[in-house]
Amino acid sequence: MKLTKTLLATTALTLASGTAFADGHMASDMTLVSWGGAYQNSQQKAYVEPYLADNPGVTAVWDESSAEAVAKLRAMNEAGSVTWDVVDVVAADAIRLCDEGLALEIDADEDLAAAPDGTSASDDFGDLLVSDCFIPQIVYSTTFGYRTDLVGDTAPTSVCAVFDTDAYPGKRSLEKRPINNMEWALLCDGVAKDDVYDVLATDEGQQQALDKLATIKDDVIWWSAGADTPQLLADGEVVMGSTYNGRLFAAIEEQDQPIGMLWDAQVFDLDGWIIPTGLSPEREARARDFIKFATDTQRLADQAKYISYGPARASSAPLVGQHAELGIDMAPHMPTDPDNAQNTFLYNYEFWADYRDDIDAKFQAWLAQ
Amino acid sequence: MAEAMLAADGTPLKRSLARALRRQKLRALALIAPLLLFVLITFIVPIASMLFRSVENEIVANTLPYTVEALADWDATGTDLPSDATFEAMFYDMFIAAEAKRHTRLGTRLNYETTGVSSLFRQSGRRMDDVADISYEPLEDLDKAWDDGATWYALFNASGDADQALLSEQRGRVARLSGSDASADINFAPDAQAAALLPLAAREYTAWAVYVATQDNRDPAERDPWEAVAPALVTDLQTADLSGYSGPMADMLRTAQQANLTVPNFTREFADMDEDWATLEPWQTIQTHAGTYTPGYFLNAIDAQKTPEGIAWQPEEKQILLTLFGRTIWMSLLITFSCIALGYPIAWLLANLPMRKANVLLILVLLPFWTSLLVRTSAWKVMLQQQGVINDVLVWVGLVADDGRLIMINNQFGTIVAMTHILLPFMILPMYSVMQTIPPSYLRAAKSLGATNWTAFWRVYFPQSVPGIGAGSILVFILSIGYYITPEIVGGTKGVFISNRIAYHISSSLNWGLAAALGTILLAAVLVLYWAYDKIVGIDNVKLG
Repeated sequence: MKLTKTLLATTALTLASGTAFADGHMASDMTLVSWGGAYQNSQQKAYVEPYLADNPGVTAVWDESSAEAVAKLRAMNEAGSVTWDVVDVVAADAIRLCDEGLALEIDADEDLAAAPDGTSASDDFGDLLVSDCFIPQIVYSTTFGYRTDLVGDTAPTSVCAVFDTDAYPGKRSLEKRPINNMEWALLCDGVAKDDVYDVLATDEGQQQALDKLATIKDDVIWWSAGADTPQLLADGEVVMGSTYNGRLFAAIEEQDQPIGMLWDAQVFDLDGWIIPTGLSPEREARARDFIKFATDTQRLADQAKYISYGPARASSAPLVGQHAELGIDMAPHMPTDPDNAQNTFLYNYEFWADYRDDIDAKFQAWLAQ
Repeated sequence: MAEAMLAADGTPLKRSLARALRRQKLRALALIAPLLLFVLITFIVPIASMLFRSVENEIVANTLPYTVEALADWDATGTDLPSDATFEAMFYDMFIAAEAKRHTRLGTRLNYETTGVSSLFRQSGRRMDDVADISYEPLEDLDKAWDDGATWYALFNASGDADQALLSEQRGRVARLSGSDASADINFAPDAQAAALLPLAAREYTAWAVYVATQDNRDPAERDPWEAVAPALVTDLQTADLSGYSGPMADMLRTAQQANLTVPNFTREFADMDEDWATLEPWQTIQTHAGTYTPGYFLNAIDAQKTPEGIAWQPEEKQILLTLFGRTIWMSLLITFSCIALGYPIAWLLANLPMRKANVLLILVLLPFWTSLLVRTSAWKVMLQQQGVINDVLVWVGLVADDGRLIMINNQFGTIVAMTHILLPFMILPMYSVMQTIPPSYLRAAKSLGATNWTAFWRVYFPQSVPGIGAGSILVFILSIGYYITPEIVGGTKGVFISNRIAYHISSSLNWGLAAALGTILLAAVLVLYWAYDKIVGIDNVKLG
């Protein structure tokens, strides 16, 4: 008799709490914002489909607006109507959104899942939690690819090959913004890696970097979309060019292009989620629930089956397996793989938050000369 | 004396007529009202509000009201740092701004003017609690009751007369700071006696109470105030005369006064936080850009800047926008002329061919019009690039050596070719519709009177086709001056327009003020050119059909 009562009571409680979570407090549809293409597809496969399977009745819609996410969120916020629930942005944008009060602050240990071995989320993500609002997903890198058939007998092994037009004649493609290019220019002009940002903080250092870039200015095609460099390499328009490592992976492994990876001095950057401020409590609860699921150890490891970006959790790395369609081991294609990461750079968020406008003006003026 | 004529119902005819006419006008207005409202709401209002951003600069005074006030008579061109009172004001402004997460927004705004302010504000905002604790902790050690929100509430909540002026002043401060309404009812009113005795602490406590009640929807009676009330109280106690005070917490206040607690040395604390605070630069930036309205964005838009000494040019290595304006206008003119050169013969053909053939030709003209802009632009990339179709053909024919392939894209040439192609229909169609109305018999008449072909064309036909050229030119020029996507894709470094910079400032740098100023200048330039065109050619001579 007593047992039945207890059982009934707990069942009732479970039911009550269950319904409270599923219907009472959480919205049943959400809008996810991402970059489109292969990357969004990896998110769809690795997190969204499993999440929707676990939560019948919930629907998810994609909006491919991550490139303009900061501007659009600011506009939505000013208009008082935020229609996005979770937004995928690069870390620099997350910092700006946090600065502007457009993204919710997250308490990693409370809001995110712990690792399977019990390591807290904040230890598992470690230094990658670069902003109070940012939930990292992947580590990607901006690095160089080169045409294996156009570089002669000695394939480039150093990033400075980009500046060596004697050994590697032909055009190069670089991104049409100062970030990364200025660092590479200084590195190849003899500045020590640890001093790069100190030098770049001075007018003379900025001029030094531009002078170094000027030595190859006539040989550069400047890109503004990540797909440009793989296309230019495929067309044979350039012998080498910078882009995101996942784009090069797709060109090499999926499209069999004669392209080689130059991992030297690759610049690590992070991409992850933010939750916008100004959501209704129901939508916010749904967004938090989704984020907690989508950034757990298994989900982040699963994403690496579809795209060659490194999971942001330390505990996900050992779980990285094979590509879902190609069946090749993904670990050697990760930017974080020890062989690839012998000489790396981490995007300096603080520096670029301060100097971005200033150096960009100089860079654009230099380009227009 | 003439009698006023009356209508059938006895009212004067004049008035009756006017009323009938007015009714008619209103009915006409009602008919166009939907369109008028649509245009107003979806076009004019957003554009006007966007352009307004080019002068709006409330954020500085809204976020740092007391600092701006304290800085008002500081000499920014001198060598002395602002007064200690300014640093104190900065602390209280920064403290509440950091709580409301507005300091970083201001940092971003001021970083457009002075590099480094963004991280200076972001990092300093985190340290405000530490500064407040310099006073808060000794106060708490003195009497645990100071750590209890109820103590502060009892001290400052009105037991006698309320200081309504202080309350509404702080409501205004919070509303301006947070950009949202702060007029909701709150369970607090500052006590007039306490406010007179402890003005700074009463001010900070009231600001906090208004903030938690209106922004966080909490009851100030049940919450602990921000630590900033402690340094404010300690500061007040240094000069307050408590001898006649018998209100709440009188004993605690007396004990605190006798303990002679330390007030933080704000100047030193800020300098310890970041040495930049001990330099003139951040203060000059704040003072120079403190105004609610600023010409700063417009100055930036023409490569100048506001400095403490007045208006100055940007350093040479940052000057780019005037160059871009010049280039945009120059290239738009080139594009317009190449459209005229290519479009005129086609329009002439269209107007003079038999109907059946003309229709086929017209479809060929319109076909690219119906293709996506991006597709057309990308197609030009395939055509013009070094490994592209044209270069391949030239190399195959032998006109160009394989290692000397022509560079036809990612420069001005590429932009001009692609944009001429894209804008050509806008030139051909008005020309065609004008040429259609020119009777062919005029040309025959001229020739029969002895004119050569050229004379007949130049003296008879061409003048009649000028209105078409005018209409086409205005269309093409105005469209190309604001073009963005094609220069972005095929423009490389020297073929980009000012609109590419506007797009950058809207979506990447988020400097919407500068983007608005650039847009306003572009709009003004178009209007001036339109006006000049009207003066020289006459807008009445323009025909679209």
